[in-house]
Amino acid sequence: MTQIPEQQFVHKVPVQCTLNGQSTEFLAAPYLSLLEILRETLGLTGTKEGCNDGNCGACTVNVDGRIVDSCLMLGVEAQGKNIETIEGVAPAGGLHPLQQAFLEEAALQCGICTPGFLVSAKALLEAEPNADEHRIRLWLAGNLCRCTGYDKIIRAVEKAREEMK
Amino acid sequence: MTTTEKPQEFNVVGTRPIRHDGVDKVLGRALYGADIRLASMIYGAVLRSPHAHAKITRIDTSKAEAMPGVFAVMSGKDMPLVASGALDLGETVDDTAFTSDRIMAHSKVVYKGHPVAAVAAIDSNTGLEALKLIEVEYEVLKPVITLEDAMAPGAIVIHEGLIGSDLGEQVKNTNIAVHNRLEFGDPEAAFDQSKTVIERTFIISRAHQGYIEPHASTAFWAPDGKITVWTTTQAPFGVRKTISALLNQPLSNIKVTPTEIGGGFGGKIPVYLEPLAAVLSKKAGRPVKIQMDRRAVFEASGPGPGGTVKVKMGVDDKGKITAATADIRYGAGAYPGASIGAAASGIFACYEVPNVRVDSYDIVINMSKTAAYRAPGTPQATFASETLVGELCEIIGMDPMEFHLLNASKEGTRRPDGPLFPRVGNEGCLLAIKGSDHFKSTLEPSAEGKLRGRGMASGYWNGIGNKSSVTINVNEDGLVSLIEGNPDIGGTRTTIAMQAAEILGLPAEDVHPAVGDTDSIGYSDLTAGSRTTYATGTAAIEAARMVIDEMKKRVAMIWETEYENIEHIDGMFISKVAPDQKFTFKEAAGKLGQTGGPVALTGTVNVRGSGGGSFGTHLVDVEVDPDTGKVEILRYTAAQDAGKAVHPSYVEGQFQGGAVQGIGWALNEEYYTSEDGVMINSTFLDYRMPTSLDVPMIDTIIVEVPNVNHPFGVRGIGETSIVPPAPAVANALADAIGARLYQTPMNPGRILEALAAKQSGK
Amino acid sequence: MHPYQYIPATNITEAVSALARYGNRARILAGGTDLLVQLRGERYELDAVVDAKAIPELVELTLDGGLTIGAAVPCYQVYENLAIAAAFPGIIDAASLIGGIQIQSRASLGGNLCNSTPSADGICPLIVHSGVVTITGVDGTRTMPVEEFSTGPGRNALGNGEMLISINLPKPAAHFGAAYQRFIPRNEMDIAVVGVASAITLDATGQKVESARIALASVGPTPIFAKQASEFLAGQTATEETFAKAGAIASTEATPISDMRGTIKQRHHLVEVLTRRTLVQAVRRARGNA
Repeated sequence: MTQIPEQQFVHKVPVQCTLNGQSTEFLAAPYLSLLEILRETLGLTGTKEGCNDGNCGACTVNVDGRIVDSCLMLGVEAQGKNIETIEGVAPAGGLHPLQQAFLEEAALQCGICTPGFLVSAKALLEAEPNADEHRIRLWLAGNLCRCTGYDKIIRAVEKAREEMK
Repeated sequence: MTTTEKPQEFNVVGTRPIRHDGVDKVLGRALYGADIRLASMIYGAVLRSPHAHAKITRIDTSKAEAMPGVFAVMSGKDMPLVASGALDLGETVDDTAFTSDRIMAHSKVVYKGHPVAAVAAIDSNTGLEALKLIEVEYEVLKPVITLEDAMAPGAIVIHEGLIGSDLGEQVKNTNIAVHNRLEFGDPEAAFDQSKTVIERTFIISRAHQGYIEPHASTAFWAPDGKITVWTTTQAPFGVRKTISALLNQPLSNIKVTPTEIGGGFGGKIPVYLEPLAAVLSKKAGRPVKIQMDRRAVFEASGPGPGGTVKVKMGVDDKGKITAATADIRYGAGAYPGASIGAAASGIFACYEVPNVRVDSYDIVINMSKTAAYRAPGTPQATFASETLVGELCEIIGMDPMEFHLLNASKEGTRRPDGPLFPRVGNEGCLLAIKGSDHFKSTLEPSAEGKLRGRGMASGYWNGIGNKSSVTINVNEDGLVSLIEGNPDIGGTRTTIAMQAAEILGLPAEDVHPAVGDTDSIGYSDLTAGSRTTYATGTAAIEAARMVIDEMKKRVAMIWETEYENIEHIDGMFISKVAPDQKFTFKEAAGKLGQTGGPVALTGTVNVRGSGGGSFGTHLVDVEVDPDTGKVEILRYTAAQDAGKAVHPSYVEGQFQGGAVQGIGWALNEEYYTSEDGVMINSTFLDYRMPTSLDVPMIDTIIVEVPNVNHPFGVRGIGETSIVPPAPAVANALADAIGARLYQTPMNPGRILEALAAKQSGK
Repeated sequence: MHPYQYIPATNITEAVSALARYGNRARILAGGTDLLVQLRGERYELDAVVDAKAIPELVELTLDGGLTIGAAVPCYQVYENLAIAAAFPGIIDAASLIGGIQIQSRASLGGNLCNSTPSADGICPLIVHSGVVTITGVDGTRTMPVEEFSTGPGRNALGNGEMLISINLPKPAAHFGAAYQRFIPRNEMDIAVVGVASAITLDATGQKVESARIALASVGPTPIFAKQASEFLAGQTATEETFAKAGAIASTEATPISDMRGTIKQRHHLVEVLTRRTLVQAVRRARGNA
């Protein structure tokens, strides 16, 4: 294997965070996004890259209770943060009500945007258990879906909202 | 749900089971193109041309090759241009030389974003840094961007080797790859005798499929010459064929594994990255993964073509169509192949037209080669024909619904390209909309002084049948696994499995479907042309029938009777001669070991045609802010003929998704391109696809006019839904603002201009 | 992308000295929603980013009559604060429509200001709320009105080694109201074709305009403080007719270009429309703020 001379690298930085409930440590090249760290360094490929500039929401993760586009956050900024990705949405051995509702309502076609929608919608329903259709549409406007026309996604979130009450 | 005749009885088909791949997808476990991670894998990056049209005078890759962390560098010389030949991809036929040149430039770049070199490196950022060290010198040529420039006498010719076909005659030194004509009757004479004739010209924007997953491919070229590819594609067997042709390798040395696919809509039929990953892998001795970024997807993959469509239509005093003509001109991009054939056959397909002429032109310009985009070529053409019909109805004072019903094509009607329709659902969709609450409702005026309007349009997509294979393996616990060869973009694993389950007498959940790689399933044509549920479903039915037949033989063996004495009813094997002898499928499956071993059978089909295609009618209410030109979609209803809806939820989903894509195209989507042929809005920020806040719920009506070509009456339904939205919106806008727009996108700026022109009395 | 260092600063001195050390090869990282995109797009190269989110002054959000917004305070903290929403409605209008929810978790008004695009949704409301920015560099601290901060597309008054610390908004007068509206073809996730912020102070009767401030986005090389339209309104009766006149004047102060988002003509027209609409909305709020 070709070794890269030390001077080519900007030194990697050790980062400690809580990831899907587990204390996690990793080394991050400082210029890599949290998205790249999750996917390439930590192998959590459930978080998707759609645009890499914050306009599609496929890479949405939850950081300290707020949803963010992980392509617009550096991996090193995860230091000390509590991060939840799609891999952390389901309880052990089961599905989150949103996941169940997405399946029952056929709210996914190709499925590439689904992780981002689920992470976003979960944050909404946790913050606003009574979110109405308009509020759901507004909250999810940062998540693009090209397959469904959104109809069944909105219905699935409404169904999960009732389920979670 | 509108049902036009007594349907067949089904146990599984028509129900709404949870899709088999759903749990993986909601957990984030499903592996898409970019999710492939292999031991010692390295990362490719592609250097793309900054110019739309230029000669490459020099490429020097030595500095990149010397950069630490770089394993391999390639350019056109590493992927020599292959000879011209036919590359049959199932739905379309491309030229091998053009495909080779499109994927990696050789002497000339012909679109912005054209690959000129590629590297493979230890990580993706090192690869991007290495690209900066590649020196390329260009002699910049004037790009040919507009259709007028491309067609003008003395135009700059993009491909000196292109032989155009003008009504069958060979033409050299041209950018017009094809000019075709469909004609019957005598339209000119019929126009002369018509009560009313109108002619309008429409301009349609080039629009991208907008799948959320960028292209991503991984390849490993092993020392024994075997090439393994993991890629997000609609056409794994097409990828295999293309790599074989372009890299001159034996077809059977190539194994293509389709990953989960994050949307395609036709855009993931062409090959882009796979041969580059393979060549880099051979050089590096490691698996190489390449991903496009979003800008590359916009600039260098294949959107649907833009162009101009001129339509003329005549009617008699009753409003009956006497004749129609069209002139369709699409910008194919840098290589021939805009979908003009489907456009020509689809443009008047909703009508009975006694005299027809359709000219269509496939024109080469310096932009990336277009690809199929959901009902390829047809939304553009239908925007013209259905918007024209809307205006014609205004002029003759006829209700558009009555006009459609009076003139609707039906069984026996001749389509412009020749075939006579079998039983189809055109009238069924019109009547479904006519009977809908939406149609019967009154559109209340806005309380805030906004302008409201309602519009309708119909659309057609024929679709294809073609070749598919499905293998069913009976497991000893009585469940079955099913392998098929069609990447699942929207739930087709489940709709295929449901058709097998129907025959097997099992619940959908007991059939476990998987999409196989090109070594593990027989040849299957692409996931496109609304063919998967229809044609691959037919193969599944075939395989399931073979399994039942074989199981009957095995059961006969156990019961020591003749095969003829075994019946399979409601999932039970029953002896005709000893009615107390009964086996469930499970019981029979558990005994296969005693009766000759495994049952694993493959159904293969080559389905001819679609069985008539699928019609749809859409109805939309819009509201316009007269001060800003902003449009809100207030209400939307889509009716379409599904033949028989296998999984109604996913049928509805296709209607809804296509409608919203069509709304996007109608209102905002376009390639905003500089004079130099550079797309300026190559981000999801500025290529404005609808968000969840931009559309209402999309109501659906599934019409079921059984397809005579399918055992269960199923029609392919994936594409039609993108055809009616743009003209339906155009007609609604005209109703709202009292002025007509003849160009997509019908964005706020254009609406303001139309309002201003109307006010100034133009 | 050129590899760069990450420098987490915990106080202003650290941040300023890092900026001074790297010259124009370092920038402040707040929400990163513009910076990371621009770096990835190779609009410029940096050797370091200086994360300012651990500097107390930059994450300060204090409402004590006036409002101090630290330069790195994310939008959601501003608009989720009901007291701020009541007192500074123009700011809330903007903070809640920059990007989508994900962007608002990270993007800051300070970052919006430092990114200095003409289309920035955050700048015009700060202008009409008479915002003043505090800037610190190696040579000390200075202040300036927000409307003087942007100097061109992507350019601003920050010198080498200087950073934006906070934005300070004075306590609104009685009978004050403000609003920001933008025009976009979609309903979210879009760049303003035109944006207009209006602030108005009415007299005690609620009928007469005592003073007004109007600012325009996306119609010039920088956000524009529409001085003439603002001055015209002083002393006028608060009617739609007056506001339409103010819109016409504001339109003459706009210097838009035609681009993929809109044409010159369309933008002039939209300035008129949005000026009128934001004034109506501001007056409604002012009357509710007696």
